[in-house]
Amino acid sequence: MTEPIARPPKKDPQKVTRPPELPPVQRSRAALAMSAAAARGVFALQRCAACGEIAYPPRDACPKCLSQQLAFEPVADGGEVIAETIIRTSTDLYFRQRTPWRIGTVRLDCGPSVVAHLHGDVTAPSRVRMVSKLDKSGNAVLMALPERETENMADDPELRELTASPKFRRVLLTDGRGAVGQAVAAALSKAGASIVFVGIAEPWKPFPGQEQLAAIPNVQIMELDLTDTISVRELSGEIGGKTDIIVNTADHVRPGGLLAQGNLVTARDSFDVNVFGLQRLAQAFGPGMRARGADGTNSAAAFVDILPVYALANTPDFGFYSASAAARHSLLQCLRAELRPGGVRVMSIFTGPVEDDWRQHVPPPKVSPGKIAEAVIAALNGGIEESFVGDVAKDIAARFLDNPKVLERELGL
Amino acid sequence: MDMANKDATGLLAALAAGIRTGGVEVVDLTHTLSPDFPVMVLPPELGQCQPFRIEEVSRYDERGPGWYWNNISMSEHAGTHFDAPAHWISGRNLPQGTVDELPFDRLIAPAVVLDFSAESRADEDFLLTRGHIEAWEAENGRIEPGSWALFRTDWSKHLGTAKYLNLREDGAHSPGPDASAMEFLVKERGIIGFGTETIGTDCGQGNHMSPPYPAHFILHGNGRYGLQCLAALDRLPARGAIVFAAPLKILHGSGSPLRVFALVPAGMGKE
Repeated sequence: MTEPIARPPKKDPQKVTRPPELPPVQRSRAALAMSAAAARGVFALQRCAACGEIAYPPRDACPKCLSQQLAFEPVADGGEVIAETIIRTSTDLYFRQRTPWRIGTVRLDCGPSVVAHLHGDVTAPSRVRMVSKLDKSGNAVLMALPERETENMADDPELRELTASPKFRRVLLTDGRGAVGQAVAAALSKAGASIVFVGIAEPWKPFPGQEQLAAIPNVQIMELDLTDTISVRELSGEIGGKTDIIVNTADHVRPGGLLAQGNLVTARDSFDVNVFGLQRLAQAFGPGMRARGADGTNSAAAFVDILPVYALANTPDFGFYSASAAARHSLLQCLRAELRPGGVRVMSIFTGPVEDDWRQHVPPPKVSPGKIAEAVIAALNGGIEESFVGDVAKDIAARFLDNPKVLERELGL
Repeated sequence: MDMANKDATGLLAALAAGIRTGGVEVVDLTHTLSPDFPVMVLPPELGQCQPFRIEEVSRYDERGPGWYWNNISMSEHAGTHFDAPAHWISGRNLPQGTVDELPFDRLIAPAVVLDFSAESRADEDFLLTRGHIEAWEAENGRIEPGSWALFRTDWSKHLGTAKYLNLREDGAHSPGPDASAMEFLVKERGIIGFGTETIGTDCGQGNHMSPPYPAHFILHGNGRYGLQCLAALDRLPARGAIVFAAPLKILHGSGSPLRVFALVPAGMGKE
């Protein structure tokens, strides 16, 4: 059974903060395709289209028949540990800081035998469930988990390196005015976050759910307006040194295409929240988080952004909003690369149309705030970089992967 | 130099001496323009008033080693600001209705201060009526044409709290004038404009009055001006202050943030 992690003690001001080191960074292009699947929480390996062989580690030609027709696809995740090794010392800076470290050889049900990280509750030999997750370098690694859920399983130190669990972490949620922000705040509190700082812009404007929000355990209401650089700077000056996770719930939604809206003021407001707001947030909090990526149990872990799936392709009925989402998506890609040296993950939660005042005319299916909250917690606990919430988001993502140009036409009909 | 010029020269010299020696006190009626200063709240599907924002361009750093400066942006109606006639539909066809075309002699004018701070303290929806102003005149004398009428409510003291806008589900709640007061001041007393300490020249519930927003409608429909979000009206005497209110010269502008100040005879201002 995993020893539950203890609430971390207060930071010792005399100790140097442990600098974030990364596990090996370089990967082949073939291996990055495995990381891309892991980024979405999928356990995928290469299958040879010619002979059906499952190949691991990722390679350019089939080890059995030399065909180059190797494509990643989801495979059975069962396996059996046949050997284990405990690494007690290493010349690698990342693992050196974290020994002893258990690894093992697992014979996968789908064919190959692989070297994988072993969860503390896995014994050798035993049946295991395999997962493919991103390590701090953003590369897919394999880990063997106990076949069945064990107590405090998520607290295993090797597994925790592959996730951004909110347990005992301090979270900044940027906008608590809306139903999404309030649902995510409640979910984070329930998931064990030690503090959930909830940003409220223009506190002189009352809003629905205000009292319930303030009553959520561990919630602290903070003044924060993402359109105001000074406000963001002031908050980072106050809590930037102890913000482990950011969940950006701010989103400026307005219907209308490029011609129909004809309103630069509204368009600018959308960009000011959705794009420049993200920038202000990243610039004020990002460098501090990147420096604290290995700062113990409550190290900086993740920057989560909730954005519409129309970041991938424009829906003309929300034309300008889609454009702001596309810019936001692009900046998240940039931020992902910039925070990676600190081992801080950037997670995109793509949603379908949310059930709210601005999308009353949008036909169902729509996404409830509760579903988005579940997805945020699942992403943090699973270390998942890209999540798609709701049928519409999943469908758009699948069509985008298939053919973006066809999707453009379909959305523009 | 003719006689009139000579007189004016003496007058200005006396004014300068008064300011220098403290005989004439200068009172700042302006709030600091800051990002957290509230703006008018309208239904979100309508066009929105942008609050004041400031972005640092450089501050003796790699972006500009020897100098500090900012880019600012805001609505014409953010912070302590001036409303020109063209701001309202009733004043849309008037000549000289925008801030770039204001007659220059209107930028400096005497002011009367209608002190209804006690009434506003007792009733957050206090409505100033013709009757109230007539009673004020009975005590303080007739309001002269060309004066600013400044409506003192002490509402500026609520700035920084939710009470300043006092928003509830049925809208904002703050004092203001009704149509009878505005008709009286504009048509029978010929005021140059009306100034308030609240977010607008109208009361919080102005949309539900007849005509809607009577201060805006009547003032601007008759070529008069508005001043809002004023500070320190409690430091002005009921009569005797001269107000300097010169908006920025914005091409076709409907209004502008500005520095408003008053000259008052020292000792006459209240503390």
